[in-house]
Amino acid sequence: MKITVNGREMEVADGLSVEALLTHLAVKREFTAVAVNREITPRASYASVALRDGDRVEIVRPMGGG
Amino acid sequence: MHDTNLVLGGKDFTSRLIVGTGKYSTNEIMRQAHEESGAEIVTVAVRRVSLPGKGESILDFIDTKRFTLLPNTAGCYTADEAIRTAYLAREAGLGEMLKLEVIGDARTLFPDVQGLLEATKTLAREGFVVMPYTNDDPIIAKRLEDAGAACVMPLGAPIGSGLGIRNPYNIKIILETVSVPVIVDAGVGTASDAAIAMELGCDGVLMNTAIAGARDAVAMARAMRLAVEAGRLAYKAGRIGKKLYATASSPLEGLPDWTS
Repeated sequence: MKITVNGREMEVADGLSVEALLTHLAVKREFTAVAVNREITPRASYASVALRDGDRVEIVRPMGGG
Repeated sequence: MHDTNLVLGGKDFTSRLIVGTGKYSTNEIMRQAHEESGAEIVTVAVRRVSLPGKGESILDFIDTKRFTLLPNTAGCYTADEAIRTAYLAREAGLGEMLKLEVIGDARTLFPDVQGLLEATKTLAREGFVVMPYTNDDPIIAKRLEDAGAACVMPLGAPIGSGLGIRNPYNIKIILETVSVPVIVDAGVGTASDAAIAMELGCDGVLMNTAIAGARDAVAMARAMRLAVEAGRLAYKAGRIGKKLYATASSPLEGLPDWTS
């Protein structure tokens, strides 16, 4: 299935969990937050939330700012 | 001289200088500047991670046990965007403190105070320690306080402009209008600007570009630390009044007679 992660389209396995996606992309968990289709995915649900075709995923972390 | 702490969201801070993490030439220079600034709070932006998630992160250069991270909502142009960013920051484990920005215009980066007020109301109700970046407008400052803001952060001048405190009289009126802490956020260019803010009676100063953009950021961080401390001390010490004419410092009596 196709999903969009941080504006980039990618092909991933059907039913991939948020947890598996983060591992696949080598994203550090500390201070990271995830939103799927504009809704925040709580940390505790990373493993249980299965992504669906066409989902738009945002993965954010603190960056330099003022 | 005894001084009170800066209290934000029930937390005590001895430093009255808040610094940013943006625009440093290197992360190591940022780390050293933070050290020299004496700051206990550092601001961060919340942005998309680069994929795949490898490479250096500013978090590798910030001891999060020592520094309180203050996420901002920079780049948000509506209350809705700012609120969503705030929730993301909280979910990321960045705590309840939030530097709330709702920007009204890309060229000046002046705040959209209507959106700011709306977002402040919502987020304060949701338990955030809302620190809104606002105009140097006493009326809006009061409304933000009433909406539940933990402090108000009027700009001294446009973000990154280095123009200093353009309207010290308004800042003074804001200080008399609200009872929450007043932190000048944005516009500081050099040490004297920070000192002026503190001499006015402000509770703190927040800056990024003035330090990060200086030729020697680490030295400027130290200058800012001293300026904030000096300005605060001068405010507490109580300056003399301004007069047009001279008042002699030496006694007029007892002058020797040189007349022949």
